Amino acid sequence: MEFLGDVLEWFATADNWTGTQGVLHRTWEHIQLSAISVAVAAGLALVPGVILGHLGRGGVFAVAVVNIGRAVPSFGILALALPVSIKLGLGLGFWPTLIALVALALPPMFTNAYTGVRQVDPAMTEAATGMGMKGGQVLWNIELPSASPLIITALRVSSVQVVATATLGALVAWGGLGRFIIDGFARGDNVMVFAGGLLVALLAVLTELSFSLAERFAIPKGLRVASSRAGMPAST
Amino acid sequence: MILAQSASDPLIRWDWVWDHTDDIATATWEHLRLTAVAVALGFVISMVLAMIGLRWPKTYPPITWAAGVMYTIPSLALFAMLVPVTGLTFLTAEIGLVSYTLLILIRNITAGINSVPPDIREAALGMGYTKRRMFWEIEIPLATPAIIAGLRIATVTTVGLVTVTALITLGGLGSFIDSGLRRFFNTEIIVGVVLSVALAVVLDLAIVLVERWLTPWSRHRATVGN
Repeated sequence: MEFLGDVLEWFATADNWTGTQGVLHRTWEHIQLSAISVAVAAGLALVPGVILGHLGRGGVFAVAVVNIGRAVPSFGILALALPVSIKLGLGLGFWPTLIALVALALPPMFTNAYTGVRQVDPAMTEAATGMGMKGGQVLWNIELPSASPLIITALRVSSVQVVATATLGALVAWGGLGRFIIDGFARGDNVMVFAGGLLVALLAVLTELSFSLAERFAIPKGLRVASSRAGMPAST
Repeated sequence: MILAQSASDPLIRWDWVWDHTDDIATATWEHLRLTAVAVALGFVISMVLAMIGLRWPKTYPPITWAAGVMYTIPSLALFAMLVPVTGLTFLTAEIGLVSYTLLILIRNITAGINSVPPDIREAALGMGYTKRRMFWEIEIPLATPAIIAGLRIATVTTVGLVTVTALITLGGLGSFIDSGLRRFFNTEIIVGVVLSVALAVVLDLAIVLVERWLTPWSRHRATVGN
């Protein structure tokens, strides 16, 4: 109980909230880098995923990407990004973390975009073609709306993973909320470690929740019943 | 891609690797032990929770909700919150690791059992099977492929997460990554990452072999199908 009191006191101390090392600034850094990473990864992965899905090519590649993405530890990706960043003359801190987070977010985005478009019922696309739609129109009017639930799921999964791994950025001298954990460990300050852990956990859960809410509104009406019934598919 | 970019430098110093074979063997063993204990415990706990969820369907949503929250909390954050309570111990690492396996395993066990065709259940009950006997002798064997699929994902994920336990001083292959990162020594980083990926692949293959041995009928069907 005494420990929890110390934690409360930590959160009640104004100095821990303000300044460049305070909670507010660290949270902002964390959100900022996560958002940039997700945006960059989406820009790089979604278009090729959707186009390959439309053309029906690259299925083996899509499966390989998921399996490799799962087996490579995110801590390892971050560690490998450091020498890459140094070699490119980008140094420590922001860049290696960004490179790692983008690399981490690419596989789920690419695969879900690909699978989302591939999974569209061929009867629908054939009907659309029969009605005189061109390839691009089929993609825009039929395939993309049908794939949107999986694409939004990919954004959610990647964002949560990116927010989680951004914590490790403190190890390559970046800021973010991970600083409280890593610095706390280094100083043997358990109160700071716990506070940092709590803040990161809250941010991750909030990210998950806000995307779940966004999913409800962003999914086309015609797909809502089907997707809510299917829920999150078991991984097989 | 990453490897190619740093290819101009001595990417890996083999002399360091040969000088540290003992450390590498120890770390691999620590990694394997942390993973095996986590997946085994996670499987037992998930089995119990899945059975509760199947027996009383109302409990299923809260069970998966709680497992989902555990799954969402980043590993380092969870360790950070546990360390003040349980210290820098094996227990701290295992609490964190086990909690990440639960969502995957509970979901796959439940989906596997729910996918057993109703006519098979009726046939079993008609032949006089009790519910308990039907569960262990009919439903579990038929759900094995889905359960194994969950175990594979849980195992591969756990191998990756165990690298983070190095940060709470529990060794494993992550200790090379951590040390390489602190010393700017690429060889150590690469050894840690490559062996961790290799371990994940080997364990994944091992589980596939166990599945073949456990479900001889699906292999038979595959040969008939060909």
